[in-house]
Amino acid sequence: MSTQATASIFARAPAPGFSDPVHNAQSVFRAAMNAMAQPGTIQQLSDLALTPPAPLSVSATALVLTLCDYDTPLWLDADLAANDVVKNYIRFHTAAPFVESPAEASFALVANTKRLPAIASFAAGTSEYPDRSTTIILMVEDLKTGQGVTLQGPGIKTEKQFSVSPTPPVFWQQMQDNSRLFPLGVDVIFASDHQLAGIPRSSQISGLEA
Amino acid sequence: MTNLIEAQDISGEHYNFAYLDEQTKRMIRRAILKGIAIPGYQVPFAAREMPMPYGWGTGGVQVTAAVIGKDDCLKMIDQGSDDTTNAVALRNFFVETTGVGTTTKTKDASIIQTRHRIPEETLTKDQVLVYQVPIPEPLRFLEPRETETRKMHALEEYGLMHVKLYEDIAKFGHIATAYAYPVMVQGRYVMDPSPTPKFDNPKMDQMEALQLFGAGREKRIYAIPPHTNVVSLDFEDHPFEVTKFEQPCAICGAENVYLDEVILDNDGNRMFVCSDSDFCEDRRAAGHVGLLGTNPLDADKTTEEAE
Repeated sequence: MSTQATASIFARAPAPGFSDPVHNAQSVFRAAMNAMAQPGTIQQLSDLALTPPAPLSVSATALVLTLCDYDTPLWLDADLAANDVVKNYIRFHTAAPFVESPAEASFALVANTKRLPAIASFAAGTSEYPDRSTTIILMVEDLKTGQGVTLQGPGIKTEKQFSVSPTPPVFWQQMQDNSRLFPLGVDVIFASDHQLAGIPRSSQISGLEA
Repeated sequence: MTNLIEAQDISGEHYNFAYLDEQTKRMIRRAILKGIAIPGYQVPFAAREMPMPYGWGTGGVQVTAAVIGKDDCLKMIDQGSDDTTNAVALRNFFVETTGVGTTTKTKDASIIQTRHRIPEETLTKDQVLVYQVPIPEPLRFLEPRETETRKMHALEEYGLMHVKLYEDIAKFGHIATAYAYPVMVQGRYVMDPSPTPKFDNPKMDQMEALQLFGAGREKRIYAIPPHTNVVSLDFEDHPFEVTKFEQPCAICGAENVYLDEVILDNDGNRMFVCSDSDFCEDRRAAGHVGLLGTNPLDADKTTEEAE
């Protein structure tokens, strides 16, 4: 095989996944677990040598590699769904089937918050199986505590101030409606560059900014 | 004659870290996240066969295996004790398959897997408590059909459980359930706290540590996040009462802790000692001594030395 042909194969091959699949997945899961167990707290991801294709961030990619496989229908936002490099990368590393309808998804990956459809369009589970719901992995630029909306509920001692940017204008209103569905509803994991935070359906949200 | 089957090296390094394959861990991890998001709700999961019999804590082991990392420090207890069969067997299982450090000190552990007790020492936010659960469904002995109990949870139809507690009162004059005492989690799901003595129920309320429950044979995982309301079911005129002991621990003199009864001889003599062995050792090290706290052999030695 000529060097030129080899080079072109490598050019088309998906970028590598975790450098240490077992322990990287474990540490990312622990961060995600703590994010869900302590809503509105920011969890740092340890250094991951991930080089996902744009526009995927390291943390969002790490979550997908940690949680998704052939058992988890994955919904991608419109930009990602049109991006073959991203789809090839996820398909190669996780074998997760892509679904067109958000209501069929176990996980939803949203790179651009403007592309986030109504939260109610995702699966909220059934009253007998509230676990059959979508977990949204939402890529954001910035996570902050001590300002923004107020969270209360399981995992929070009294209350917690939390903000993410950017968020679409109706986002928090929809999240509030989502938590009223408890025990049904979707759970959201926010992923900034190297940080995670979670808001499960059990969190009550108040103090929406005007 | 040659050996047809050569001796094989079956040491731990041939297993994946923490025994389970990665796909299984992902499946369990997803169930744990769902369990945390819906406190008290039993998430079905595809429990695997484990290299130990059902009833030995296969559910707890799978949860721990999905959570544990190489920097964790593991404490394993069985009825409060670090050195009973189940605890020793499962601790060695994780030592062999993960190589993590282990401890008997409650405060040094990052993950505590337990069979039927909650440590006496207050747990902190950096700790995870993993329970081994035999029957996760609190309504199972009242309604054997899973389809029905699922509906009852969906509709918050928990009248049957109150009838059961009421029948206790009608028969015995008090709520006679002493372990696996049902709790209401965050005002929504009635949950079985696993067969912990009801003495431990108040510790679950607003606990700082994350509590994860694994039932291997019944294939269910559930969770209580930190700072979650956990209320033991009761009636206004028959409020929930914590077990009280008439005497302190015979070895360390501790009061307001859970005690085990130990038969001493054939004449019916007995003593009550801390069920939490680490807690008892700590108190002994700090100089607390109970009624029978001195070792008879030590007494002999002192006498010999004196002689």
